[in-house]
Amino acid sequence: MSLKRKILELQKKREKVLQGGGEKAIEKQVAMGKMTARERIITLLDENSFHEYDLFVEHEARDFNMDKKTLHGDGVIIGTGTIFGAPICIYAQDFTVAGGSLGLMHARKITKIMDHAMKMRVPIIGINDSGGARIQEGVNSLAGYGEIFYRNTIASGVIPQISVILGPCAGGAVYSPALTDFVFVVDKISKMFITGPEVIKTVLGEEISMEDLGGARVHSEITGNAHFYAESEIECFDQIKKLITYIPWNNSKKAQPFDAKEPKIDQYKIDEIVPGNPKEPYDVRDVVRAITDDSDFFEIQELWASNMVIGFGRLNGQTIGFVCNQPLVLAGVLDVDSSCKAARFIRYCDAFNIPIVTLVDLPGYLPGVDQEHAGVIRHGAKVLYAYSEATVPKVTVILRKAYGGGYIAMNSRHLNADFVFAWPGAEIAVMGPEGAANIIFRKEIMEAKDPEKMRKQKVKEYKEKFANPYVAAAKGYVDSVIEPEETRKLLLHAIEVSQNKVDRRPIKKHGIPPF
Amino acid sequence: MTKKKVETEKANDLLEDKDVSKIRYSSLMLQVQGAKYKTLLTEKYKNRKKWEKPDVNQMFSDIPGTVVKIYVEEGQKVKEGELMMVLEAMKMKNKIYFPVDGTVKKIYVKEEERVPKGFLMIELK
Repeated sequence: MSLKRKILELQKKREKVLQGGGEKAIEKQVAMGKMTARERIITLLDENSFHEYDLFVEHEARDFNMDKKTLHGDGVIIGTGTIFGAPICIYAQDFTVAGGSLGLMHARKITKIMDHAMKMRVPIIGINDSGGARIQEGVNSLAGYGEIFYRNTIASGVIPQISVILGPCAGGAVYSPALTDFVFVVDKISKMFITGPEVIKTVLGEEISMEDLGGARVHSEITGNAHFYAESEIECFDQIKKLITYIPWNNSKKAQPFDAKEPKIDQYKIDEIVPGNPKEPYDVRDVVRAITDDSDFFEIQELWASNMVIGFGRLNGQTIGFVCNQPLVLAGVLDVDSSCKAARFIRYCDAFNIPIVTLVDLPGYLPGVDQEHAGVIRHGAKVLYAYSEATVPKVTVILRKAYGGGYIAMNSRHLNADFVFAWPGAEIAVMGPEGAANIIFRKEIMEAKDPEKMRKQKVKEYKEKFANPYVAAAKGYVDSVIEPEETRKLLLHAIEVSQNKVDRRPIKKHGIPPF
Repeated sequence: MTKKKVETEKANDLLEDKDVSKIRYSSLMLQVQGAKYKTLLTEKYKNRKKWEKPDVNQMFSDIPGTVVKIYVEEGQKVKEGELMMVLEAMKMKNKIYFPVDGTVKKIYVKEEERVPKGFLMIELK
């Protein structure tokens, strides 16, 4: 056979495999409103940048007549490519091939590309669209999952790991996304759960749809398992592309710098956003946008625990992680969910050399039996742990209220913040004036002729004396009381002078954070 | 380098800022440490369960399953540690014992009945 004929043969073989599960299966996939696995990769990556490997991999299962079945690529596509020039390793499960079910060779392909990403120190993106374990392959498919989870864990904090849920992702399969850094979901397409509606119906007799049990909305709003919610696959891919521009390729690098840009100060007037009365709400994201380059803020977990706002912005072209209390929602309190949300993000930023800016305005912790019984002590401790542990530049701006334990937790000087600034309206105190006056002046209030009048007077007295930034500034807990308009200038400076920060910790295998 | 710059410009324009209205809120006040704050409450916060003091005389199912056998009758005196029933759940036949002494006031389940989690099965007096 001449080389030319051999090339023709290769082309034919390729063509056959590239059909995936065949026309009918592709039609079904399209009818479900989904793109095919290869389309997804090509849409997500830079044009012509994708190169596929292991196209001719075949499964070795022999039981249950599997030896008579050919599964093209064993139901998963792996390869490398670029996003805005950044090198990427990627895999996408192909639902058209045996429902994207995970067998031994399918898993081998995934672990191969994961190992490659680790060696090359580049981000890995996994697109999940699978019915679950390939039952015919028995324990071999479980082995496959386990080997993926192990790699997810080892790669954690070394290379960025992104999971995209574009179809079902059920049972054990959900733990790979759960171990990765960012999970993307799409409305009506993503479904994640440990036990599906069928099992719940059999065991509990409760009927629930897949959407209500583990749809995109559920994971974005209630469980917090997802970080980004999109209405279409295209929007989801745009979110991934945008995220990639903010994060470094690995933990030994910094994110790619952008050109510095001034914020849109006509649109976001920093001294007009925060009301003087600490009980009035505002959107803290407007403060972030008044500070960041081009007023750009890329929010993470927007719909879950919205009383805490986290996300990326840039200062002087450099990626910054923002952690902010959100007075607009639940008065910006710390609670179980918001603590988990902030703590994990702080650890992400620390792992990937991203400086953290914290904007503080909170009344304290959310009171309630449900919170206490849900373990707000254990979960709240995560925030303290994450801030104390972080060695990246840490800058705090106290916008308004900073009371009690909340003040300590939100990257205070005492947790080793590098810079703490406070706006002149800041109230840094052991607790809010109302609560404090009720305790300190309890006797006077009780014994007064008009207790309510006395209470009000004492609250006012306390406010004047203690509800300001100067008591803390007098002790050096606040480095500088600044005008709101000076915020960006000072943050740029703080980040600039922190570029060579060295903060060494005692050598240990690892800490024991309150997981 | 010029190519890179164009790309970063594109990255900036990828997504429009989203509207807060996507979040389902309702406006209300929240009380923290004696002060009332004007703010929005989330659905999750509003749907939180109110706490009630548990009644030691009420035996609830800890796990969804099927009642296989009941060892007591209504009116029967029982002692702490006495076998109450076998509840088959998660492929296991679980023996359930009385946690306190008392008299069986009412049995709300039958043998072979399927019960969800947190279902009142037996009440003592």
